[in-house]
Amino acid sequence: MIQGNMHLREDVFEGKEKAPTRNGFGKGVVEAGRADARVVVLSADLAESTRADGFQKEFPERFIEVGVAEQNMATVGAGMATYGKIPFITSYATFSPGRNWEQIRTTIAINNVPVKICGMHAGLQTGPDGATHQALEDIALMRAMPNMIVISPCDAEEGRRATLAAAQNGKPVYLRFARDKTPVMTTPETPFEIGRAQVFWKSKNPKVAVFATGPLVHNALLAAHELEGQGTGTIVVNVHTIKPLDRDTVVSAAREAGSVVTVEEHQITGGLGGAVAELLARECPTPIEFVGVQDRFGQSGEPKELLEAYGLGVSHITAAIKRASAKSEIQ
Amino acid sequence: MTITDEKVRQIALHANDIRQTIVRMLAAAGSGHTAGPLGMSDIFAALYFHVLKHDPKNPDWPERDRLFLSNGHIVPVRYATMAHVGYFPVEECLTLRKFGSRLQGHPERQSLPGLESTSGPLGSGISQAAGYAYAARMDGKNFRVYIATSDGEHDEGNSWEGAMFAAAKKLGNLTQIIDRNFIQIDGNTEDVMPLEPFGDKYRAFGWHVIDIDGNDIRQFVAACEEAKTVKDKPTLIHALTVPGKGIKSIEHDYLWHGKPPSKEEAVAFLKELELAHEQLLK
Repeated sequence: MIQGNMHLREDVFEGKEKAPTRNGFGKGVVEAGRADARVVVLSADLAESTRADGFQKEFPERFIEVGVAEQNMATVGAGMATYGKIPFITSYATFSPGRNWEQIRTTIAINNVPVKICGMHAGLQTGPDGATHQALEDIALMRAMPNMIVISPCDAEEGRRATLAAAQNGKPVYLRFARDKTPVMTTPETPFEIGRAQVFWKSKNPKVAVFATGPLVHNALLAAHELEGQGTGTIVVNVHTIKPLDRDTVVSAAREAGSVVTVEEHQITGGLGGAVAELLARECPTPIEFVGVQDRFGQSGEPKELLEAYGLGVSHITAAIKRASAKSEIQ
Repeated sequence: MTITDEKVRQIALHANDIRQTIVRMLAAAGSGHTAGPLGMSDIFAALYFHVLKHDPKNPDWPERDRLFLSNGHIVPVRYATMAHVGYFPVEECLTLRKFGSRLQGHPERQSLPGLESTSGPLGSGISQAAGYAYAARMDGKNFRVYIATSDGEHDEGNSWEGAMFAAAKKLGNLTQIIDRNFIQIDGNTEDVMPLEPFGDKYRAFGWHVIDIDGNDIRQFVAACEEAKTVKDKPTLIHALTVPGKGIKSIEHDYLWHGKPPSKEEAVAFLKELELAHEQLLK
């Protein structure tokens, strides 16, 4: 059952309304700019693609072009944040935080200044650009870093909300966005709070807790919906904040269901799956199945065919849920 | 800002005190970098005792000039200078690199008031200072932003990205001071990765470049004054310094880039510096 208190779209399963999560960033950062004059946006020659161009049009004096130079963008951003601005630095996730990771570590995280690192084109659904441009390791890179908050919105609306929330939290934040159009599930009424995971779906007698992040939350909901008809109950949790992980929600869902599946468009190593496993191993050892990229790079292709080829489709999630459920029964 | 002979002599005496403190703190720490801090003592003394607008009793004074340090490994010269100018007791310098000390091996902004940034990994300072200068100009601030860098860190691409950015944005409120001492850890800079013609590279990048003897206090102060008159470009004070300055036996020796004096060497170094101090008083 879709949880009413989440105020999801009524047509959530049909997935008719689609938009890239990066569009949510574009809207959110303009709203953040209107609300707070300290907000500035830095671009590394990708203003249109990152959707920073809307901010550029409305606030040209607060838009800073740095050229194709992500290390420079991170460090200029660090300097501006040290002064008192709220910089959003924008590029593709493979370059930022990929190429400029050490600059982020030293000048943003150790320095502890509120730069918002916005990594676009994260995940396999970057599609035809191929492996070089499909960030599948960025969550791991940023999750290991003290002082850093890591957010992976599930849709464009949540991307907008996450951008607004990040603008005002006074801390270093990594925001992960995707290129391709994906279903919009949430509405402006959906509660959003950094660090608070959301139970989107809950069956009467759940056997499996599904923790998903990013646009694949939609596939997780489709899998839950399908299995409900076959008598396998689930809890589907949208884990938009991977760090800090919502300990209470994750542990209580795992405890209630007795087995777990994690779903993400990222390497399993170091991603959401890793984060959930680390937590549950300590607090509530539970059988886990991981749906994610299995220590491989991506390749060119259409988003949907890539998801199927890499084991991230709805059928893969239902299969993982069944495996998890079986493991839990053995115990 | 004209500077009198007496003021120059006073700054030179402060620089000598700073060098003595550097030798003491490095020997006590048992690790750290010697050549760079000794080579930059004249410039740091001139900055803190004459050039910078700042208040040791109010490190967060909003109108202060900002001094960023990019090559964080020479931070002993900054700590020693800050101590001698009154930010904290000189004896605290002996806690350098010790567990629990505010004086971290490489500087951390949140550890000690008066540091503008965290640094150590090389090549990131120009961009940070440029970002700061850009933000300050957006808000019409009048203070200046200074960034001290090293030559070896110009092997890093990030340095040149920052140099391009600062020139492109016409940051006339930014002054870079390059410690051009021709040494880095593995050898002389021109052997490891040639940087010459260094000043001309910056001119080609669109900076205003002033060539000076970096151990000449009068030349340095004049260069800082000249930089203030250049409104449409960032300025590079191209300071040719002597690494290990003040200790004849180690001057220009790259092997002293990254090691501290032993206790015995420190005694000899201090004797040499005390003699120089007496000469300055005559």
